[in-house]
Amino acid sequence: MSKLGARSLIAVPYIWLVLFFLVPFIIVVKISFTEMQYAIPPYTDIVTWADEALTINLNIGNYYYLFTDDLYFWAYISSVRIAFIATICTLLVGYPIAYAIARADSATRNALLMLVMLPSWTSFLIRIYAWVGILKNNGLINNALISVGLIDQPVPMLNTEFAVYVGIVYAYLPFMILPIYANLVKLDNSLLEAAADLGSPPWKTFLKVTLPLSKAGIIAGCMLVFIPSVGEFVIPEMLGGAETLMIGKVLWQEFFNNRDWPVASAVAVIMLLLLLLPITLFQRYQSRQLEA
Amino acid sequence: MSDAASPMLEIRHISKRFGELSAVNNVSLTINKGEIFALLGGSGCGKTTLLRMMSGFETPSEGSLLIDGEDVSKVPPYQRPVNMMFQSYALFPHLTVAQNVAFGLKQDKLSKAQVQAQVDAMLKLVHMTDYAKRKPNQLSGGQRQRVALARSLAKQPKVLLLDEPMAALDKKLRSQMQLELVDIVESVGVTCVMVTHDQEEAMTMANRVGVMHEGEIMQVGSPSEIYEFPNSRHTAEFIGSVNIFSTKVLHVGAEASQMSCADMACRLTVEGGVNALEGAQLEVAIRPEKITMARTRPEQEDNWVQGKIHDIAYLGGHSVYHIKLPSGMIVMVTTTNINRHAQRLTWEDDVYLYWSAASAVVLYQ
Ligand SMILES: Nc1ncnc2c1ncn2[C@@H]1O[C@H](COP(=O)(O)OP(=O)(O)OP(=O)(O)O)[C@@H](O)[C@H]1O
Ligand SMILES: [Mg+2]
Repeated sequence: MSKLGARSLIAVPYIWLVLFFLVPFIIVVKISFTEMQYAIPPYTDIVTWADEALTINLNIGNYYYLFTDDLYFWAYISSVRIAFIATICTLLVGYPIAYAIARADSATRNALLMLVMLPSWTSFLIRIYAWVGILKNNGLINNALISVGLIDQPVPMLNTEFAVYVGIVYAYLPFMILPIYANLVKLDNSLLEAAADLGSPPWKTFLKVTLPLSKAGIIAGCMLVFIPSVGEFVIPEMLGGAETLMIGKVLWQEFFNNRDWPVASAVAVIMLLLLLLPITLFQRYQSRQLEA
Repeated sequence: MSDAASPMLEIRHISKRFGELSAVNNVSLTINKGEIFALLGGSGCGKTTLLRMMSGFETPSEGSLLIDGEDVSKVPPYQRPVNMMFQSYALFPHLTVAQNVAFGLKQDKLSKAQVQAQVDAMLKLVHMTDYAKRKPNQLSGGQRQRVALARSLAKQPKVLLLDEPMAALDKKLRSQMQLELVDIVESVGVTCVMVTHDQEEAMTMANRVGVMHEGEIMQVGSPSEIYEFPNSRHTAEFIGSVNIFSTKVLHVGAEASQMSCADMACRLTVEGGVNALEGAQLEVAIRPEKITMARTRPEQEDNWVQGKIHDIAYLGGHSVYHIKLPSGMIVMVTTTNINRHAQRLTWEDDVYLYWSAASAVVLYQ
C-alpha cells in the first residue's frame, strides 16, 4: 500500500510532464509535418481516409523551407548570440549580489533574498513595460541626464539591442542569483582562512578557491537564464527594435501574422533540438559532480 | 630545541573581547624556538581565540604579538610567517593532494621546479607520495591530516599552529599520530603551538604546557611540572585526578609545615615552608598514585587516614579504589596490579591510607 503511495507520488511529475509537455510537443511535431491551408484548423491532416485508401501525407517541406530562407538561420544565430551575451551580463551582475548575500549575517540575508524574489511576484509583462517608460526618449533616464546637463539630446535606448539586454538581465536576475547563492552559502569559511593562511591575498583566494568551488552554481544559473532567453518573445518585442532578430519573434509572426502553423511548428521543433545540446551537457556535468 | 633561550613567539598582555565577553584576558607568554607548546584548557576557555590571534584571523583588543622579534599585531594573516593546520583540515576539495600542498608555495615567487621539489619533499615527509593525485574526498581521516600537515609545513613557517590536531581521528589512530606528528615536527625543527582540551595529548606531545581557564593562563610548565606541582586547584583537577584536603595551618617551619584537617585523625605535614600565616585556610592536593593502602596502621605519625573501601574500578594495568573516610570524604587511590594472583582488597574492607610529606602539594589559588 505504501509502495503504491510512493509510486503514485513519483508518478505525479511524470503525469504532469506527459500531459503538459509531451502531448503538446507531439502535437507541435505533428503539425510541423503538415501543410498550411486556409481552414480551421489551418493545416492539413497527416492521415486521410478516402476511396478506401489510407494515405499518410508527411510533409517535410517546412523543414526544407527553414534551410532555404536564411532569415531563420540568422534568427537562430541572433537568438543564441543575444541570449549568450545577456547570460554573461546577468552573471556579472548576479554573482556579486549572490556573493554579498551569502556573506551577510543571517538576519540580513533573509531580507536580501526576499528583495531578490519580491519583484517576481508582480506581472512579468508589467515589469517589462515599465522599462519602456524608463528607457524611452523622454523617459526617466534621458530626462534625468538632460536635467543634470550631461547630454542635451536624448540618447536612444528603447528599441535597441541594448534595451533587450537590460530587459533580460533584469527579468532573469533571480534565476542567476539563487543557484549561485545556494552554492556560496555552503562554502566553508575555513577554506578561505586556509587560503589566507597560506599567503593568498583576498582577490587571489576569490579566483583560486571561491570561484572554482561555486562553478556548479554558476553553470546552473547560466542555464536557467540562457535557455529561456533564447526563445524569449516579450522582451525583444517590447524593448527591442525592428532589427532585433530573435527566434521567439519569428515564431510569433509565423503563427499569428502569417497563420502558417506548420512552419511555425517546425521553427519550434528546431529551437528545442538546439536547446537540447546545452541541457544535456549540463546534465552530464551534474551527474559527474554527483559521482565525484 | 637548538637554543632554548631564544624566543620565537612573544605574547604581551594580549586580550580579546567579543562585545561584553572577554575571551582572552591579559595573557603574556613566551614560546621558544623549536619548542612544542600546548595550550590546554576546557571548552570555551579561549584557546582557539588565542591561536587565531597568532595566525591573524582575530585582531587583539589589547596587547601585542611578536614573531622572531617582529611585531606582527597589525600584519594580515596572508603576510605572517605562520601556518595553521585547521581542526577540520580545510583541504581544498577541488584540488589534488599535490595541488593542496603546492597552494601556499605558489604564492611565493618560486619556479615550477622548486615548487615541485618542495611538494615532493613534503609528501615524502608525511608518507603520502603515493596519494599525490587523489582528491581530499578520496582519503581517510588520517591521510587527510597528513596532507594538512604537509600543506602547513610546505612554506617552512616560523611557527606552526595546530588547532585540536587529533579531534577528527578515532582513538587508536590518535595515539599513533600524536607520536608521529611530534617526530615530523621535531625533524623539521619548526616551533609549534597546539591547542587541545585533552590533557593526555598535551602531555604526550608538548615540551611545555600552558593551562588556560576562563581566558587566562593559570600555569605554564613542562608536563611533569604541571602534574607534580600544580599551583592551583583548577590545574590540579584538570590534569589527572587528585584528592584535595581543606586544612588549617598549625605551624610553618623551614623543613616541614603542619596543618590540621577535619577529615583526618592526625596532622597533615608538607615538606618545607608554606606561604601562609598560622591559622590560615589552605588546600592540599595529593595524587591518587602517591597514596599507599594497607590493612594495618602505618608507623608514621602524620599523613594517614583510615576508611572503608567504597568502590573499586579494575582497569587492567591498575585499579582505582574509592575509600570513604569517617567524615564522609572520598579519597581516591590507584594501585598497580603487579601480581596476577594477588589477594586484593575488596568492598567494605577497612584500610589505612598513608603518604609521604613530599607527595603533598599546597594549592594557593
Ligand atoms: N567570533 C566570536 N564572536 C563572539 N564570541 C566568540 C567568538 N569566538 C569565540 N567566542 C567566544 O569566546 C569564548 C572562547 O572561545 P574559544 O573558541 O577560544 O574557546 P576554546 O577554548 O577554543 O573552546 P573549545 O575547546 O570548545 O574549542 C567562548 O565563550 C566563545 O563563545
Ligand atoms: Mg576551540
